[in-house]
Amino acid sequence: MFKFPKIVLTIAIGLSLASAFAQSTKYPGVGRDATPKEIAAWDIDVRPDFKGLPAGSGSVAKGQDVWEAKCAQCHGIFGESNEVFSPLIGGTTAEDIKTGRVANLTRTDFPGRTTIMKVATVSTLWDYINRAMPWTSPKTLTTEEVYAVTGFLLNLAGVVPDDFVLSNKNIAEVQKRMPNRNGMTTAHAMWPGKEFGGTSKPDTQNVICMKDCVPEAKVASFLPDFARNAHGNLSEQNRLVGQQKGADTTKPEGSTGKASTSAPVPSPAPAAPAKAADGKADNKAVMALLSKNVCTACHGIDKKIVGPGFNDIAKKYPGKVDYIAGKIKSGGAGVWGAIPMPAQNLSDADAKLIAEWIANGSQK
Amino acid sequence: MAKADQGDQVKSQFNSSGRVQKAPENFLSPADVKTVFAEGKQGRRDFIRRAFAAASTATAAGVAAVATPHAAWAQGNPIPTEGGDPHILNLPAHATGLGQGVATEGYGKPSKFESNLQRRQSPGLTQTTQASVSFAPLQSLFGIVTPSGLHFERHHQGWWDIDPSKHRFMINGMVKNPKVFTMDEIMRLPSVSRFHFIECGANTAVDWGNVAVPTVQYTHGMLSCSEFTGVPLITLLELAGADLKNGKFVLAEGGDGSAMTRTIPMSLITSGEVLVAYGQNGEMLRPENGYPLRLVVPGIQGVSWVKYLRRVEVGDQPYATKDEAIHYIDLQPNGLHRQYSSIQECKSVVTTPSGGQVLLDKGFYNITGLAWSGKGKIKRVDVSVDGGRNWRQARLETPVLSKALTRFNLDWVWDGKPAIIQSRAQDETGYVQPMYKQLRDVRGTRSIYHNNAIQSWLVQENGEVKNVQVS
Repeated sequence: MFKFPKIVLTIAIGLSLASAFAQSTKYPGVGRDATPKEIAAWDIDVRPDFKGLPAGSGSVAKGQDVWEAKCAQCHGIFGESNEVFSPLIGGTTAEDIKTGRVANLTRTDFPGRTTIMKVATVSTLWDYINRAMPWTSPKTLTTEEVYAVTGFLLNLAGVVPDDFVLSNKNIAEVQKRMPNRNGMTTAHAMWPGKEFGGTSKPDTQNVICMKDCVPEAKVASFLPDFARNAHGNLSEQNRLVGQQKGADTTKPEGSTGKASTSAPVPSPAPAAPAKAADGKADNKAVMALLSKNVCTACHGIDKKIVGPGFNDIAKKYPGKVDYIAGKIKSGGAGVWGAIPMPAQNLSDADAKLIAEWIANGSQK
Repeated sequence: MAKADQGDQVKSQFNSSGRVQKAPENFLSPADVKTVFAEGKQGRRDFIRRAFAAASTATAAGVAAVATPHAAWAQGNPIPTEGGDPHILNLPAHATGLGQGVATEGYGKPSKFESNLQRRQSPGLTQTTQASVSFAPLQSLFGIVTPSGLHFERHHQGWWDIDPSKHRFMINGMVKNPKVFTMDEIMRLPSVSRFHFIECGANTAVDWGNVAVPTVQYTHGMLSCSEFTGVPLITLLELAGADLKNGKFVLAEGGDGSAMTRTIPMSLITSGEVLVAYGQNGEMLRPENGYPLRLVVPGIQGVSWVKYLRRVEVGDQPYATKDEAIHYIDLQPNGLHRQYSSIQECKSVVTTPSGGQVLLDKGFYNITGLAWSGKGKIKRVDVSVDGGRNWRQARLETPVLSKALTRFNLDWVWDGKPAIIQSRAQDETGYVQPMYKQLRDVRGTRSIYHNNAIQSWLVQENGEVKNVQVS
């Protein structure tokens, strides 16, 4: 008797809604409605049809300024750098812009694939720069800066002219000039749905064969001898007990048998710093600072990445705490190479702590 | 007996050859790292070309250059000369003293003798640690569960340890009422716990063209399997009143700096398989794996399992995000890229004996490995010890679960002669894991992602096992 009206109600709702919104009321008290302000704060994605793209614009000229201040230290002045990430720009031609297919992608001898060679949709560039760049301080660019940097990259690739101003009004036209806009296919069996048409038939058809399946196997490829120890001593990367041991790759092939008469000793964790007890606490604080200020994105403790390794700075400026602290705060260019180091925003005390650590030899 | 003689013989060979090198104290010296980077910069091409050139000569040499079997390496179980093994006759401290008390470690750690098991970076693969990957030590793991501390890592912009009381999850887009949930609320909802593998789409990528790395940790270690606990995403979508008919696609987005985004088809979500997960192997997710909330998308490559999950949006079109329009697209020989290729097809690998290991002597071994499929359960695994000419069916160990790792084993008596060990898996759809040749015939050698080819390990006469590819 009480059920009847409910059923009628359900049917009525079902009929009244053209789109099949399914709203569950099974879990009362769980979750609340999002406010428009909250949605605006988080709903930042931009689709290929430019749904989600905020109105605005940015010039190539402005983009160059932003690029050199915030992007070039990782990606290179022309987006060509291979130091930290794969190159962004290069490998496309004016002909590609006409055809929408990047010809170099068919060449097996072409040395690499840049972002602009691959990306088919300009929305992808805008969305990603907006959500995740600059790498060490994502989501800090203004809408104008995102338009400007996107335009600057497209200018480097010859997609838009030097005096171009990219905007929400002309971005659809720019899409029609993307060099690899016709370079994608969804005709494969690796999408877990039917939304793209595609195919459900896998592209390889191996069969179960149990006897005399292939001619006698010949080894066609294996690791060259000089790379034997490139991944470290493999005997330290296997358990001490078991049906096998790890190969002692510090020794040449074929003479591993008598690596040691004593049982192999477990190696310390590769990252574990084993240092003098006295300086340990300080080093820990410095390591935390290096991590917090993302110094290690560009400087290795004992190797060059984009900037010099801390060990090299230590060698060059032993004891010069104030000089190093000043450089951290002000940034610089030209001492270690062409790629500039931006001025770092951290307290004097923190800069000094890092500088002291470097000046004293930058020990882990 | 003969063993002692052999040992002496080896020792004298070593002494006379004078080629004994001191073991390095560190994993990789800075100089080694530099060398590897320099080689990497020079181009993998040269590296691979040299490998090819060397293959014909060195293969023969590698197989033929026989050293004495590794009897001396074994801890050995020799016939005692003093009437018994000293490890039996002389009682150790732990048998004659008092051990440690309870809760000495509030959170217990592995034995100190297990410290060789580490997730590790592949030298030269990336220039930074924040946009990088570490590989799980598959060569030393048992069963199907990856210990959470050894779970492989892939970060695009570093990892965070996020305060769960401040984490929020939002649903918007084509929904009747956009919703916000706290962790408290998500954890209040009915939960499920399921075992699933997660594999990076780029797992085994470095071997697409040729052998490039020595061990199964580096060839297949972007693979882990855990019991995940969470709420089916469909439950949450229904709470928001999602348009399940027209909303064919869902965008998942991370709350960290990289704000990873990936498109998931609604059809997969309505199946109930996709989870908004907070649990991993009985505890909360590890920070490196997305604490406090991540998406679990069974069978789909790891990049879709968005970590630090903050939002899902329901839409009627795919999103072509950076990791489905620039990366994680598969270059085909005709220059086209396959886009939205997401499923991890059926694959397997022998984890012992595997590259970089040394068999101690002739005799019995348990060939063991892992098989998995993004399309369901593993149906069977066959193993060959002659490079794919003849095969024997392996035992599948329980549990055999859909879209989870499955452990297989096979008895093997090694006669001391060179052997090439392979495994070949078949899933419940009937699909059989391909040979390299079959994969390359269709996709070429530049595809990077989704390399599920049959792996070959060469067991040499000296017992050392090498990563090889066969023609």
